[in-house]
Amino acid sequence: MINKVVANADEAVRDIPDNAVLMLGGFGLCGIPENSIAALLRKGIKGLTCISNNAGVDDFGIGLMLQTKQVKKMISSYVGENAEFERQLLSGELEVDLIPQGTLAERIRAGGAGIPAFFTPAGYGTEVAEGKEVREFNGKMHLLESWLKADFSIVKAWKGDTSGNLIYKGTARNFNPMMAAAGKITIAEVEELVEPGELDPNNIHTPGIYVQRIFQGEQYEKRIEQRTTRIR
Amino acid sequence: MGLDKIGIAKRIAQEVQDGTYINLGIGIPTLVSNFIPDDINVVLQSENGLLGIGPFPEEESIDADLINAGKQTVTTTAGSSLFSSAESFEMIRGGHVHLTILGAMEVSESGDIANWKIPGKMVKGMGGAMDLVASADNIIVAMQHCSRSGDSKLLKVCSLPITGIACVKKVVTDMAVMDVLPEGGFKLLERAPGVSVEEIQQATEGKLIVEGEIPEMQFD
Repeated sequence: MINKVVANADEAVRDIPDNAVLMLGGFGLCGIPENSIAALLRKGIKGLTCISNNAGVDDFGIGLMLQTKQVKKMISSYVGENAEFERQLLSGELEVDLIPQGTLAERIRAGGAGIPAFFTPAGYGTEVAEGKEVREFNGKMHLLESWLKADFSIVKAWKGDTSGNLIYKGTARNFNPMMAAAGKITIAEVEELVEPGELDPNNIHTPGIYVQRIFQGEQYEKRIEQRTTRIR
Repeated sequence: MGLDKIGIAKRIAQEVQDGTYINLGIGIPTLVSNFIPDDINVVLQSENGLLGIGPFPEEESIDADLINAGKQTVTTTAGSSLFSSAESFEMIRGGHVHLTILGAMEVSESGDIANWKIPGKMVKGMGGAMDLVASADNIIVAMQHCSRSGDSKLLKVCSLPITGIACVKKVVTDMAVMDVLPEGGFKLLERAPGVSVEEIQQATEGKLIVEGEIPEMQFD
């Protein structure tokens, strides 16, 4: 087995340059690579294009990288929980591509799967359709959408082995598997790093072929956006 | 006068059919799940990768890795399944999710919906709404009939950037239940208790079609 282990988050992101195109996994704050984001903040690289479903909140996740003005462009589907994001967007400081969530997921999947483009009905007749080829299939109009790829994909999994096989937990899977496949270099941070053979091959979500670097995150805050409970 | 949010959710719950898979949007639509009768079995889909959304967790079993599309902590139930965002939207795009219930800022008489952007003011993004409205067979909108300033939100043509065209099948507001006809127009089906046809007519800028006696909504 190929050993892909790096010592920590700082080593994992060591060669990400200014102006890189990054994919960062997660939905809201669920399943985000928090240790790698902390390392990107320490590294201080600028001009980043970040492809991520959301932009974190003001003081956690990608929101932290917006505060430090490290992000030039966001490609996301929903950014409603972040006042700093909205401020930078409305003032024109930050470039933003808002993409329907399913189209975003499929464009990333297509990037990893080697499919340059596909047709989807999402966004037909809206401003999302501007400049895009339209074609009718079975009487319904569809838009041509192209693949997305990244210089570096940074994903977060629950468990991983030293050869890069990954297992996610709960809804923390979200965009992570597609992003893992769509990165030229994919960095995986995991809560628990184990030896090959310790994970059941039947249960692997992301096969190790997609992962170039893996490390066990030092700690996970796993902040919750909306803590909702019921009384027993 | 008119229904509160709970009332709108209760009325929409009456539309839910046994054996269906349903995606509920954030806000009033999420409340609908509380009023689905016990003898109606449905599976709720959350587009961040969960089929079979359970109730909110008890305090001691909160799991940060288990949330719904509104980022609220939830639980799984017997028979739940988990998957990626790509697979989630394959289900939606592939027509496997039968019913989508979502909120709106505006709906037009031709079934267009606007709910993702107010130019220069509010840009939250469309999230999964554009995919959902482009693909679901049945789309029910839950909304207030008028804005806080009293302007109709049921229009001839949407004034805000739209989320999808000619997709809304039914609208349930604090005042009325209406079908959106394929040829255009809001066909009035029911009135909220104590609301008159004239009041609904006044609050509806788009074409309102009234045929015969319009009954009041019935609640158990």
